[in-house]
Amino acid sequence: MFYRSGMLMIATGMLWTQLLGCSHRSGKDAVVTIRVEGSDTMVNIAQAWAEFYHHLHPEVRVQVLGGGSGVGIASLIDGNCDIANSSRTMKEDEIEKATAKYGVKPKAIIVGYDALALYVHKDNPIDTISLEQLAEIYGWGGRITRWSQLGVDLDSPRRDTIVRVSRQAGCGTYSYFREAVLGERRNPEYKLGSVDQSGSKAVVTLVSKTPSAIGYSGMGYATADVKLINVSRRTGEPGTAPTPENAKKANEKERYPITRPLLIYLAGEPTGAIKEYLDWMLSAEGQAIVRELGYVPAGDHD
Amino acid sequence: MYGSWATCPRVIMINHSSAAVRQHKKTSSFFHWIQIALDRTEPLVEWLIRICGWSVILFVVAIFFFIFREAAPVLLGGGVEGEGQFSLIEFFTSSNWIPSPYKPAYTQYGILALLAGSLAVTGLAMFLAVPLGLGAAVYISEFCSGKIKETLKIVIELLAAIPSIVWGFIGYMVLGPVLIELTGAPVGINLLNGGILLALMSVPVIVSVGEDALKAVPDSYREAAVSLGASRWEIIYRVLFPAAKNGLLAAVLLGVGRAVGETMAVLMATGHAVQIPQSLLDPVRTLTATIAAELGEVVAGGTHYRVLFVIGMVLFVMTFVVNLSADLVIKGIHGEKTS
Repeated sequence: MFYRSGMLMIATGMLWTQLLGCSHRSGKDAVVTIRVEGSDTMVNIAQAWAEFYHHLHPEVRVQVLGGGSGVGIASLIDGNCDIANSSRTMKEDEIEKATAKYGVKPKAIIVGYDALALYVHKDNPIDTISLEQLAEIYGWGGRITRWSQLGVDLDSPRRDTIVRVSRQAGCGTYSYFREAVLGERRNPEYKLGSVDQSGSKAVVTLVSKTPSAIGYSGMGYATADVKLINVSRRTGEPGTAPTPENAKKANEKERYPITRPLLIYLAGEPTGAIKEYLDWMLSAEGQAIVRELGYVPAGDHD
Repeated sequence: MYGSWATCPRVIMINHSSAAVRQHKKTSSFFHWIQIALDRTEPLVEWLIRICGWSVILFVVAIFFFIFREAAPVLLGGGVEGEGQFSLIEFFTSSNWIPSPYKPAYTQYGILALLAGSLAVTGLAMFLAVPLGLGAAVYISEFCSGKIKETLKIVIELLAAIPSIVWGFIGYMVLGPVLIELTGAPVGINLLNGGILLALMSVPVIVSVGEDALKAVPDSYREAAVSLGASRWEIIYRVLFPAAKNGLLAAVLLGVGRAVGETMAVLMATGHAVQIPQSLLDPVRTLTATIAAELGEVVAGGTHYRVLFVIGMVLFVMTFVVNLSADLVIKGIHGEKTS
């Protein structure tokens, strides 16, 4: 039966996706239900918060849905959720609609930052790379394929080929890196042939084992075997170091270029259980979860 | 003429055991009652066994139906509105796999590169595994006996029992850096890495089926060859291989089936890069790994989700063809025996 195991695996995999998709946990003692919806990037954080918080406060049940930032905001305007997760700021017309419906402007709270660092092998001498160069490396039709084109000498000519490490299509990091780095290009797609990994940690592990690799991943995954490089907006300009401080700077010129705030939108000032939940999210305990998942915590909890 | 030789010992055994039962009937009423109970429940047991047998067919049909049902909307209708179009021609002729683009207009579902990746990894694995597997089968069947034979068989079974995720881990953490060091490859997880792992994973299948095929060659063939003055190598090459060729071919095809369907190890060890490989050291991506990596990220019911099921169908057809040809080849053995 060895030779059938492949098909069986696919089949059971599909079955599990179905089963998991249908399961709903129902708590008997749940009194308050908080509905959270929105960004797929934030769905992991929101899920972890919800589970942790339910342990601390069994009477509060937090229901988390993904679907994307736009979906979450639309849902907040329609009154279908209490908290909208969003990895972009609300658009003018969305703010207008929400204000018209609730009589107050929607309240935005920054709960963390998504900052993608560029990782290279620890022996790679490069220290700064620009967004333009990154776009030429990763982008469709991009012309940079060798380290020598960046003025970097990796000892052996066999190591001159840049091994670009990317993520699997569709995941939040994949989409955000494309938006931030390739968004301005005529064809904002990735060049095919990148080595795609299915996890933030896997990207860093692979880069640590591959001398000629470059990869992007959340800032929180740095290890001693990899090097994080500075990123500048234009070639030749001084780069900004990928640190939590630089990711949080308000001034766009000083801010680390590949970063975005992770936002929570509410239809007005929070009250009661929702307010308690929000306060807990921003506490040291809640922010530890943000750091654990590879994001940059908001506030001073570094 | 050898057919009766094979069944002979079994006939003796059956006579012997029924004689024993008869003796027990006389001496102990306990066995007598068991015998009666067995007689009574026999129709029930027969039905149970029949259901077990037929359920296998039911499962296969159900799996195919499920995959087809999920894939049908894009196969028949061309895709979900606003998520990019699906065309079968592009599916098989384009090497651009861009399932989740910035703008829907850039979507391309071309599996040519993935198909090339699957075939390249499988081909390389077979290139390595067939000589190794058949060699091991010949050694176990013809050259060793007693304890060594038993030990080797147990160890090879152990090799088959290693979970594929463990193989993948070995490829990713151990073999990858070694390959960079030895071959100067830019990246250690590549076609060669995946091929070596898959070869090691299919060797046990090839060895056990191949050894059975060699064992099935009657001893009189070997004796006749020895009496003609054939050397050991001549016996293997000139007598055993032609006599067991169907069984050995089946062993190879089963190995191919194992390699084509493997997912977790190739996902970790081949590099998962969408490109048609130009050299052994290029990273590649296989059909199975694509499904495994992307099914978790897609919106259920969307075009991308359904196209992954179309890939599932392609794989199903591929493994079906390989297994069917293996079965036909095995049938060939019986056909020759009875004629």
